[in-house]
Amino acid sequence: MSGRRATVLGFLLLAALAWWMLARVLGPGPRGTGAPGLWTVLALWALLLWVVLDRLATLRGPRALRLLAPGLFGLALLLVWEVLVVGWEVPKVMLPAPHQVLLALAARWEVLWPDLKQTAAAVLAGWVAGCSTGFLTALVADRFGVLRRGLLPLAGLAGAMPIVGIAPILVMWFGFDWQSKAAVAAVVTFFPMLVNTLAGLAATEPMYRDLMRTYAASHLATLTKLRLPSALPFVFNALKINSTLALISAIVAEFFGSPIYGLGFRISAEVARMNVDVVWAAIALAALAGSLFYGLIALLERRLTSWHQSYLPEVVSTQPPRTTQ
Amino acid sequence: MATEPHAAGAAAPTAALRGRTVLAEAWQKACPVLGVVLALLVLWYAGAVALNGRRVTEQLDGLGERWGVRELALAAWSMERPVLPAPHQIAQGYWQSVFEAPPDSPRSLVFHAGVTLSATVLGFALGMILGVVLAIGVVHSRVLDRGLLPWIIASQTIPILAIAPMVVVVLGSLGLPPLASKSVISMYLCFFPVAVGMVKGLRSPEVLQLDLLHTYGASRVQVLLKLRLPAAVPFLFASAKVAITASLVGAIVGELPTGAQAGLGARLLSGSYFGQTIQIWSALLMASLLGVLLVAAVSLAQRLVGRVMGTPA
Repeated sequence: MSGRRATVLGFLLLAALAWWMLARVLGPGPRGTGAPGLWTVLALWALLLWVVLDRLATLRGPRALRLLAPGLFGLALLLVWEVLVVGWEVPKVMLPAPHQVLLALAARWEVLWPDLKQTAAAVLAGWVAGCSTGFLTALVADRFGVLRRGLLPLAGLAGAMPIVGIAPILVMWFGFDWQSKAAVAAVVTFFPMLVNTLAGLAATEPMYRDLMRTYAASHLATLTKLRLPSALPFVFNALKINSTLALISAIVAEFFGSPIYGLGFRISAEVARMNVDVVWAAIALAALAGSLFYGLIALLERRLTSWHQSYLPEVVSTQPPRTTQ
Repeated sequence: MATEPHAAGAAAPTAALRGRTVLAEAWQKACPVLGVVLALLVLWYAGAVALNGRRVTEQLDGLGERWGVRELALAAWSMERPVLPAPHQIAQGYWQSVFEAPPDSPRSLVFHAGVTLSATVLGFALGMILGVVLAIGVVHSRVLDRGLLPWIIASQTIPILAIAPMVVVVLGSLGLPPLASKSVISMYLCFFPVAVGMVKGLRSPEVLQLDLLHTYGASRVQVLLKLRLPAAVPFLFASAKVAITASLVGAIVGELPTGAQAGLGARLLSGSYFGQTIQIWSALLMASLLGVLLVAAVSLAQRLVGRVMGTPA
């Protein structure tokens, strides 16, 4: 019990010191080499954080408790970023402080929100188009072995290619608006889906397939009752990879020409004007939207493939507890 | 002496037979691929006619002569700035810019590929080092395992490439050469697959093996060097194949918005500015070849290392 009390005490101390450093950095006062006290406190704070995190890592408890460590770590990274950047007076052009990014996000919200909507529409359309065609192609290729043997090596080869490079061509074909970005996202997401779905369809255990054969199940029945469900984890893997890929490729495609909004356009335009805080705000927005998208897919995956062994409760480890050396 | 030709004669048919079965197997594997490639080529030529058709018909109508399908197709496959160039036009453009231009002139694709390749390889090396170091840290520290690893994974959902132009501009204003700033982007894209793969790899030794080293009184460093790292090698190479492709993409995108004069990305961008579609496709072909070659190089390294370590291929 005293261990827990010490942890809570550590928390309070961390918070107080963090508050002091923030107030010290955001207020007037000496900076850089003129503030040795601040840097000493920061070093001590980092040490204390390490100790508290180490204690947290040993705690066993509900999920929320396990999320505490990464949450604290992330907050600490932000704080160190803030204190270092402001404390050493790093020019904004090089690296803006988190609070400057937040201010830029608030100040330019009217511009950034339509940007996000524009890009998100393109990403979503491209993702849906690429994933569905990849999935359907995989189903067809799985039905006809010749096609599968012909497509698989090519798809593997495509994995080694920088497909994003096709962006300038598609921008020429489909114009500057969202359609061209959706097209790039669709092309880029096609191959991972194809490869993953084919791998998933091939991943059923021979015993199950034999069982289906003894039932005299048709190809369709085997597909819908056995092979598609067991391919689901692979499909979801592709969906998750593709969510990031689609976002990145849409943004890159916007570098090649876009209407006067869109996150990629905003980034390249504000880089040219050296408004780096707006750039970071746009990136933060993209990252947030991307993580949300990814999280939604992961949630759906958990719902639909809850039978998969990666979600079953952990087998009680027979490993002896780790001894500290 | 006399038996020698006899023995050779007896051995020859089996060798020939084996050679023939290998050939037959290769043929059976290649056949569907060739079929798909052929189908794609046919589709491509048809697509070139369909996409270039409108401009070509205007052109042909302007000549005032009668024209048929033959003239239409031939004209569509030989436009100077086609919407979709025919494959032989791309091959021709590729040939000209690779073999006919001197390799140090900005008209040569070899020159641009060299620029991109150097950034790719440097970024790949840096990313591998960063990824391996992070993975070793995560495996050995509870704090990093619980605190940092989720963020490494979450960083995958961040469109890192979007920062590419900014990184190049900012590092360039600090006086760093473009090579360094491009490889920083490549490094950022590389370290993730390496770090995640290596964490898995370093944790792959079984409890039994770890216990054995424990009974030997091995230190953590010894466990790392003699058990964990060798066990992680297959994971390292699997990640390296993903990472080197990511590195190439990073280098190319890093060359896009900076007004860079050299590199495959700059080539793509200038091609898109001036509507030089053949130039874009040639650069794309070069980039794809580069990607395939790089992955092949990693596979070769994997085989060599496997042979040295004595692991079955």
